[in-house]
Amino acid sequence: MQIFISLQYFYFIEKLLVLLQDGRKLLGILRSFDQFANAVLEGACERVIVGDLYCDIPLGLYVIRGENVVLIGEQDLEREELPPHLTGVSGVEIKRAQKAETDATDLKGTMRKRMEFLDLD
Amino acid sequence: MLFFSYFKDLVGREVTVELKNDLAIRGTLHSVDQYLNIKLENSRVVDQDKYPHMTGEQDAGNDLGLRLSVRNCFIRGSVVRYVQLPPEGVDTELLHDATRREARGG
Repeated sequence: MQIFISLQYFYFIEKLLVLLQDGRKLLGILRSFDQFANAVLEGACERVIVGDLYCDIPLGLYVIRGENVVLIGEQDLEREELPPHLTGVSGVEIKRAQKAETDATDLKGTMRKRMEFLDLD
Repeated sequence: MLFFSYFKDLVGREVTVELKNDLAIRGTLHSVDQYLNIKLENSRVVDQDKYPHMTGEQDAGNDLGLRLSVRNCFIRGSVVRYVQLPPEGVDTELLHDATRREARGG
């Protein structure tokens, strides 16, 4: 059987975006990679986006287990990293916004459950 | 190995990769490996409003709207749900024959 490992032709200077299965977005410099897509990210930060707000939370040196990786994206230097409508906020504010969002989704869920029993369809 | 060989032949084509998390990315197939990990060039997200982390500035010329600020990406094979291909890129007879041969050969 032909052994063929996908070579990562990433330039090691720029930050890469790593999307994880739980929806998290990590940015960092890719230092290591293997056939399972395990990755080592240096200077990693998590970019949290809630509506029009965003925040980069610094994480340091991370080793990511490959099974959690969805996508690894290379930044196009000519383009802006972020959409213009996003505003940067502090970690505390973004956590608050995140909580508000999850609370709203939970509320929608419970409301829907209550309506479901009515069996309107 | 059949689909690995098949995708190797499709390198250079425009494909849309739909992931298990419902994200759909369109791009040029750059390479593929034995795990069916996919590398795409000139990637752009289909229906990008839901995914602000991957979009940059607006590109009016592109009929898909926003272009990715992430241009080249590596997609882990295990997270792919579908790979949508242009119909003219698929020779179904050839694929059918190859499958028969593979089944016979074991």
